[in-house]
Amino acid sequence: MVRKKVLMKGNEAIGEAAIRAGCQAFFGYPITPQSELPEYLARRMPEVDMIFLQAESELAAISMVYGAAGAGARVMTSSSSPGISLKQEGISMLAGADLPAVIVNIMRGGPGIGGIQPSQADYFQATRGGGHGDYRHLVLAPASIQELADLTWEAFALADQYRNPVLILGDGMLGQMMEPVLLPEEPPPLVDKPWATTGAKDREHNEIYTLHMGMEDLEKHNQRLAKKWEQIAREQVRYDKFMLDDAEIVIVAFGIASRVARRAIRMAREVGIKAGLLRPISLWPFPTAAIAEVAKQARAFLVVEMNLGQMIEDVRLATGGLVPVELFSKITIVPNPKEILQSLCSLARRTGCKIDEAAIKEESA
Amino acid sequence: MDKKREREIRTLLLAGFGGQGIISMGQFLAYAGMLEEREVCFVPAYGPEMRGGTANCLITIDEQQIDSPIFEQPDVAVVMNLPSFNRFEYQVRSKGLLLVNSSLVNQPVQRQDIEAYSIPVNELASSLGNIKVANVVMIGALLELTGIIQAESIIDSMRSTFSDSKHNLLALNRKALEKGAEYVRYLSSKQRLAV
Repeated sequence: MVRKKVLMKGNEAIGEAAIRAGCQAFFGYPITPQSELPEYLARRMPEVDMIFLQAESELAAISMVYGAAGAGARVMTSSSSPGISLKQEGISMLAGADLPAVIVNIMRGGPGIGGIQPSQADYFQATRGGGHGDYRHLVLAPASIQELADLTWEAFALADQYRNPVLILGDGMLGQMMEPVLLPEEPPPLVDKPWATTGAKDREHNEIYTLHMGMEDLEKHNQRLAKKWEQIAREQVRYDKFMLDDAEIVIVAFGIASRVARRAIRMAREVGIKAGLLRPISLWPFPTAAIAEVAKQARAFLVVEMNLGQMIEDVRLATGGLVPVELFSKITIVPNPKEILQSLCSLARRTGCKIDEAAIKEESA
Repeated sequence: MDKKREREIRTLLLAGFGGQGIISMGQFLAYAGMLEEREVCFVPAYGPEMRGGTANCLITIDEQQIDSPIFEQPDVAVVMNLPSFNRFEYQVRSKGLLLVNSSLVNQPVQRQDIEAYSIPVNELASSLGNIKVANVVMIGALLELTGIIQAESIIDSMRSTFSDSKHNLLALNRKALEKGAEYVRYLSSKQRLAV
C-alpha cells in the first residue's frame, strides 16, 4: 500500500506519531497551546487499547510517567512552559533512575504564567537540566510538522536505547500550524527491560530509586550516569545545513525561527549577501564541533531565537571568539523574514561582507 | 489574470470574524493543495487576537519546500468583514490581489497599486439558499481569479474531511464555488466594457 500524506496540526501529529511508536500510556494535564495533543490522545488511545489519563496536576502526571516507565511501558507526557516547570522535579527523578520517557514541551511565553504566544524561552531550562542535580537528556527541536512526527517516533526509540528521558521542544506555532505529514507505520522494535518492576515472579526483585545514601555510592552513581550522557553526546548530535558552503554570515536558529531564517537567507542571497543556516536539531547534545568548523570560514554569526538570547551562549562557546556572534531576538512573536534580512544587511555592512547595495536600492524602490 | 501572475501567487491571508468559516476556508485550500501534490502550510492565528472576535489564517501553497510559514505581505488577502478590511488592506503586497466581502464592507478600496474585487458573498450565498456557504463562494471567486487550485480539488478536500452525514452538502458547495467564479467573470466583463 502506498503511504499517503495527511494534513495535520502539529499537536495532533505528535499524538498520532506517539501511537504509531507504540506509546502505551499518556499522562497529562491540559494547557494552551498544546491541549490538542491530550485531546487527540484522549480519543485515540482508547481506540488502540492504550492508556490515556488526565491527571489532577502536572506533578501527578510526571509521577505517573515515572511509575509507568519503571514498569517498562513506553510512556509520554506533554505540556507547555509553566506546566513543564512543574514537571522538572519528576524529570530529574527520571534521569536519576535511568528511566525512558518522552516529554513534550510546546513552549509559550513566560516568565510565570506569561501568555499563550509561541516562544523559545525554555532553551536554558531544556538543555541545562531544569530540575535539581547534575543530569542531561536529549533535547530534539523539530522545525516542521513532518519532523515533529519523525522525531516523536524516534524519541521513543532513543529513550529506550539509552534508558533516559528525551524532550521534544516545540513552540506554540508549530503546535497549531498544519502541514502535510507522512506518518510512521511500524513502531521501533521493543527492547528488553530486565530492570523493570514487572512483578518479581521467579526472579529477584528489581528496585528503581534515586536515593543513594552511601559515602561513595552517590559519587559512583553520578559517574556511571555521566558515562551514559557522554555516550549520548558522542552519538546523537544532529543538525541541518542550508546554503552554508560559501556562507560569510552564518545564521544559527532552531525550530520555527529556523524556518523564517531560511526565507531571510534566500532574500539575502538576492541582494548579494552570502548567508547560510546551521540548524541544530539536537539542542542537547549541541552541534558544537560543526559550528566550530563553520566558524573557521565565516566572517560573522547571527543567532536568531525567540528569547532574550539563550542558545547564543552555546554558539559563542562553540565559535570560541573567532568571529563576532550577534543576536536577533524576539521573545513571544515569531519574527518575519524582512526583519531578519535587515539584521543580515546591517551585520554584512559592519563586518565587511559582500553586499550588493544597488540591488537593495532597487528592491526598496 | 495572466499566467505569470498566477505563478507568483504563493501566500494568502484570510480574515473575518469568528463563525464566517475563515479557518475552514484556509483548511480547504491547504488540503486541496496537498491533494494536488504541492507543498502547503496553514497557520491559524490563535490566542489573544482570536478572543477579540476576529479570525485569520495564513496559507502558503508552493511548488518548493516552504521556508517561512509566516509572511508580512501576502500576495492575496481575502477580507470578509470591515475590521479585517481596515486592518489588512495595506498589508497586501504591491501588485497583489485583495478580495473584499462587499456584503459587510461598504468602504471603497483606497489602494491604487493592487488589484481589488468587491464580491457580495453573503447575498450570493443566500441566493443559493444557505448563507453558510458565503466562504465557499469567496473561494470560488479566488480560484477563478488566481487559478491557484482546481475547484475540483476543493470538492475533493471536502469529501475527505466532511463526515459522511455531510456529504449531501457537496452539491451545494460545488454550486457555491461556481457562483463565486461566475460573479468575478461577470465583474471582469463589466470592466472590459467600461474600458
